[in-house]
Amino acid sequence: MTERRKPTRGTYLVLGVPLAFLGVFFLLPFGIMVATSFYHRIPGGFYEAGFELASWRRLFSGVFLERTGFSLLISLLAGGVCIVVAFPFTYFLSRMRRRPHVALLIVVMSALSLSEVIVGFTWSVLLGRAAGLSNIMVWLGLMDEARAYQPGFLAVLLGLCYIAFPYCVLTLYPSLSRLDREVTEAAQTLGASPWRTFWTVVVPISRPIIMAGFLLVFVFTLGSYLISAILGRPEHWTLSVFISDQASFNANVPFAAAMALFLTVLSLAMVGIVMLIESRTRGAA
Amino acid sequence: MRAAKWVLTTVVLLFLLAPLLVVAIVSINQNRYMDFPPEGFSFHWYAELFNDIGWRSAIQKSLTVATASAALAVAVATPFAYVLRAYRIRLSPLLYAVGILPFMLPPVISALGAQVFWNSTGHAGQIENVIIAHAVFFSTLPLITISLAMETMDPALPEAAQTLGASPRTTFRTITLPLLVPSMITGFAAAFVLSLNEYIIAYLVAGFSVETLPIKIFNSLRYGFTPTIAAVSVVFILIAASVFTLFAIFGNLLRFLGADPAILDRQP
Amino acid sequence: MEARGGLKLQGLVKRFGEVTAVAGVDLELPAGRLISFLGPSGCGKTTLLRMIAGLETPTEGRVFLDGEDITDRAPHTRDIGMVFQTLALFPHLSVGGNIGYGLRIRDVPKDQVSGRVEELLALVSLEGLADRRISQLSGGQRQRVATARALALQPRLFLLDEPLSALDANLREQLQVELRLLQQKLGITTIMVTHDQREALTMSDLVVVMQAGRVEQVGEPLAVYRRPATAFVARFIGSTNLLEGRATASGRVRLMDRELDVTDAPPMTEGERVVLSVRPEEAHLSVADRPAGNALPGTVVFVRDLGEFFECYVDCGLPDPVVVAGSPRERVGVSQGDRVTVQFPPEACVVVRA
Repeated sequence: MTERRKPTRGTYLVLGVPLAFLGVFFLLPFGIMVATSFYHRIPGGFYEAGFELASWRRLFSGVFLERTGFSLLISLLAGGVCIVVAFPFTYFLSRMRRRPHVALLIVVMSALSLSEVIVGFTWSVLLGRAAGLSNIMVWLGLMDEARAYQPGFLAVLLGLCYIAFPYCVLTLYPSLSRLDREVTEAAQTLGASPWRTFWTVVVPISRPIIMAGFLLVFVFTLGSYLISAILGRPEHWTLSVFISDQASFNANVPFAAAMALFLTVLSLAMVGIVMLIESRTRGAA
Repeated sequence: MRAAKWVLTTVVLLFLLAPLLVVAIVSINQNRYMDFPPEGFSFHWYAELFNDIGWRSAIQKSLTVATASAALAVAVATPFAYVLRAYRIRLSPLLYAVGILPFMLPPVISALGAQVFWNSTGHAGQIENVIIAHAVFFSTLPLITISLAMETMDPALPEAAQTLGASPRTTFRTITLPLLVPSMITGFAAAFVLSLNEYIIAYLVAGFSVETLPIKIFNSLRYGFTPTIAAVSVVFILIAASVFTLFAIFGNLLRFLGADPAILDRQP
Repeated sequence: MEARGGLKLQGLVKRFGEVTAVAGVDLELPAGRLISFLGPSGCGKTTLLRMIAGLETPTEGRVFLDGEDITDRAPHTRDIGMVFQTLALFPHLSVGGNIGYGLRIRDVPKDQVSGRVEELLALVSLEGLADRRISQLSGGQRQRVATARALALQPRLFLLDEPLSALDANLREQLQVELRLLQQKLGITTIMVTHDQREALTMSDLVVVMQAGRVEQVGEPLAVYRRPATAFVARFIGSTNLLEGRATASGRVRLMDRELDVTDAPPMTEGERVVLSVRPEEAHLSVADRPAGNALPGTVVFVRDLGEFFECYVDCGLPDPVVVAGSPRERVGVSQGDRVTVQFPPEACVVVRA
């Protein structure tokens, strides 16, 4: 029950330095970006100071809405797939004996250490026509000829799931490993089969953590760039790729800025909505 | 249920390992182009990795940026986390939100913001820009780890130090700070690894003049594949796997990831 | 050696927002003695201790140590040593590092520090463990290290906040004796917070019984036990029978159709509601027709034979059964359903405030 101490002048100084750093190098750039979204774009690449809503109007264009819709869709799918696979996986993992338990965790964390560009690269190989899964199938005689599954929607989805999966497992792991063994044992003494126990005891207890895992994957994949860029055609580009493309190759920085701000609001709104749903269901429970 | 458990675990295991295996096989493929089944094996792509000046430069740039930005991130986050947890500051939830905001948003937003910022200062294309941009973006990680450590620290510890005659400043120096070091290291490690692998911020801020490893790899993918990329990947994987294995043997990996020690001891 | 550490608490009040933890405490505590703050959880005893330590600032009131007003002094300038409920041993320092901490931050030379650490380790029977890590110690060893650390600078006040609550019963009793002997050997003014009345009675020179932020009674352990001032104290320390009746003109207490004699009763007005506390072991069962002293007839409803003593619950027509306890020797041959008379001498009746 220690009260937090009353700050002195020195305290504010100590706080002020990091705060100034964040202010100058995060808030200020953010502010400049807001201003830039109203600037005038000079055809050919540059932009000059001004105030016009041209870039903001383009947010209502079909192209942009299509990209937004696609980003949301694929992030929702990735979130769903990841949590559906990761939750039972982590549950089983947490109950394994020490050796396989640790070994599996090392595999999961090694996957985590792969950078996104390398994940994109390896899946492009795996789903490609030269040295991929389909080549193995042909070699085994299960397929007639090799096919490329990338670039494609499935490839992007698989790639996103791959990079998000370890984070999802690590989010679920602490609470699932702390799940009281006796709770599931009690259910079994009351006649519930392991399958029943899982659905009627483990899942309901873990609802908040399932929500957290889903939200994590959703927000994480919403911001992903490389997977979509490597494994997808332009119709599979997420908003991040589209924005970056506008900022560099298409040289329409004001438009990129407007989109980035929209994405900010969208991300925060998504987080807010999920947290609202979570608190509602917790209240009802 | 038993069967389902083993099927799921095997599928996930294969899923996770597949890219790792592909990368390993491709990296020792004799030929430049990919083919399956592979024609021959060779380690010369690993040699090229260390001999080619382009790759060496990229590795060195990435290591420089990662080390500097992670250190800067920890330097910024530590006083921030400490003051917010130890003192009554008005609006501290808001300040904390500002601290974690960079990392919570899609990276392209921070990347674009940093790009327009540095372009407007006339100091464009410098490696310091990347370092600072990464430091800001990743400062959230040590902020979270250090805040968590402050929260779970026994509040009686600094009190005990005070009853033993330590002034608040001495208490911080001899008790609080040493106990925060593990979380500072964790924050540093997380920021370091993520900075090493980060693409979009580095690219938009100074991608043409500072070619970090991820940028070089992505460019290589676009303009022609070499198995050297696979060799880089294998090196990364081996380093990470060794670190975690060492941690598992000498440290307590499971407890580190959040398992409850009491429950663990009950398991065979 | 003149005993230092005389403590005076004047009008101490502590409020946390809407909650009043300490509602006005005035105490003068003698130096060189072991004093317990005893009470149930939430009674304010820990808050009171922390105000003495300087870890909480009083909302109202002053704290005096040996005549000096220390109320505004920061904890690190008070001359205290404290053992916390969680022990608060520094995990990153060894046993020697913990014990020597206070000395090291005062820049005492290294060899002097290690000498003093060895002395203290010997004092708590932990010789040779200076280099051990805290995580390698047992519960009892940790407690002793916390004690040694608090005493390292020979403070004027030795404060303990439920120091033995984390230990199992056997170890606790052993350490109660050790701590008490240590305190007596050093002659240091010690204040101990506990919710365990047996602990307080075992170790203390003086017991301060608290409830709801106020002091209910201060006294030597046996005095508090024998003559509780209030019903709360009577119930909290040991167990008791509380008999409610009305005062008569002649100074007796009327209970149903009986009049009971009470020794050392305070002045009472006729008709006034009076509560008497009678300890079960002061009451006896009698099967005689005309028993001496105060007597209440009744029927046995329950008997507990616990080997080392027995308890007999007798329904005498009062709201609660009257409990009679005694050693096996006194075990009159009664069983459930028997008619008996509960007998207790006037000296056993204590008038308590309700």
